[in-house]
Amino acid sequence: MEIYGLGIVAFCMYVGSFIGYFIGKTLGISGNVGGVGFAMLILILLSNYVEKNGGWSERTKNGIYLLSALYIPIVVAMAGIQNVVAAFSGGSIAFVAGGVATIGSMFLVPVIGKLGSEKTEK
Amino acid sequence: MISEIISTLFTKYPLVGAFGAVALIMLVSYWFANVIGQKRMGSAIAIVVALILAFIAGKFTGGSKGISDITYFSGFALLGGSMFRDFAIISTAFGAKLENLKKAGLPGSVALLLGVVFSFIVGSLIAYAMGYHDPVDVATIGAGTVTFIVGPVTGTALGASSEIIALSIAAGVVKSVLTMIITPFIAKAIKLDNPTTAMVYGGLIGTTSGVAGGLAATDPKLVPYGAMTATFYTGLGSLLCPSIGYMFLKLFL
Repeated sequence: MEIYGLGIVAFCMYVGSFIGYFIGKTLGISGNVGGVGFAMLILILLSNYVEKNGGWSERTKNGIYLLSALYIPIVVAMAGIQNVVAAFSGGSIAFVAGGVATIGSMFLVPVIGKLGSEKTEK
Repeated sequence: MISEIISTLFTKYPLVGAFGAVALIMLVSYWFANVIGQKRMGSAIAIVVALILAFIAGKFTGGSKGISDITYFSGFALLGGSMFRDFAIISTAFGAKLENLKKAGLPGSVALLLGVVFSFIVGSLIAYAMGYHDPVDVATIGAGTVTFIVGPVTGTALGASSEIIALSIAAGVVKSVLTMIITPFIAKAIKLDNPTTAMVYGGLIGTTSGVAGGLAATDPKLVPYGAMTATFYTGLGSLLCPSIGYMFLKLFL
């Protein structure tokens, strides 16, 4: 059933965030250190394992696909709640620092990307 | 009476209203993308439209939470908030291939470390060049350039003034907004077309919202790879900036 798919992602989110908060507390900084990353890793490991052993039913997968499909609309809503006025009025330093760091980082992408020995597939 | 009922609908069902409003924004944006012959730009245009609406709403209400500060659109805070965002981001990992992750492990980790250090140094240098010479101020602005979460975390830890913390948030927001807007345009130039470069990109830029938005507009298939490294970036930044980063700056200032 579709709800199983939602439940699987919920399970991964809770376990991943638990690890994230645990690391945060251990290091003495408040918050969730990489919890979403851990959750994604758990989902990938889990789904790759299940795939080899028959895989989830079509309807269970649909539950996960529903969430993925909502992803872009959620990003649009997220863009709508940013403090864009503050970004524009933070003074030139915010613009220069944010802008140079962003564009500089982007041009480092192909340089470090070369470290990958072979091209990966989508 | 009619207008009263309509306003009741918006305040009673805020999340449903947000779904409807986002659907409308996307409908108009994809239509526009089709008209100008750039079908793939639909989601990028929708994100820019939402940012423009957030700017107008911010000017109009004086609040800091964009459209959601308007009572009728308070549901945006829930739909676009971190709970749904993280839930949906995690789901995109479904279908990612384990072999791809293994191949991108080394470049991804290098990108993560270099990304935090690079942004912190660039932000600190610019802060110094623009007249901030106190190591606490410089470190806070440098940390804000890492992400708008690392900035306040560092500023609070070091005891920076609220004006400096606000500046650091602004620098991070500029980074996030800029990333969402320019990623689809320069994707080709920086070879952002496969999972490895997507992981490197997520590790170098780091701002989760910016990376997720930028990749969604470029190629939704790349979102899980970029988002995965990006989520570690804020954690690493919060760890390094107030400690090693600050001590490093103190040697020079």
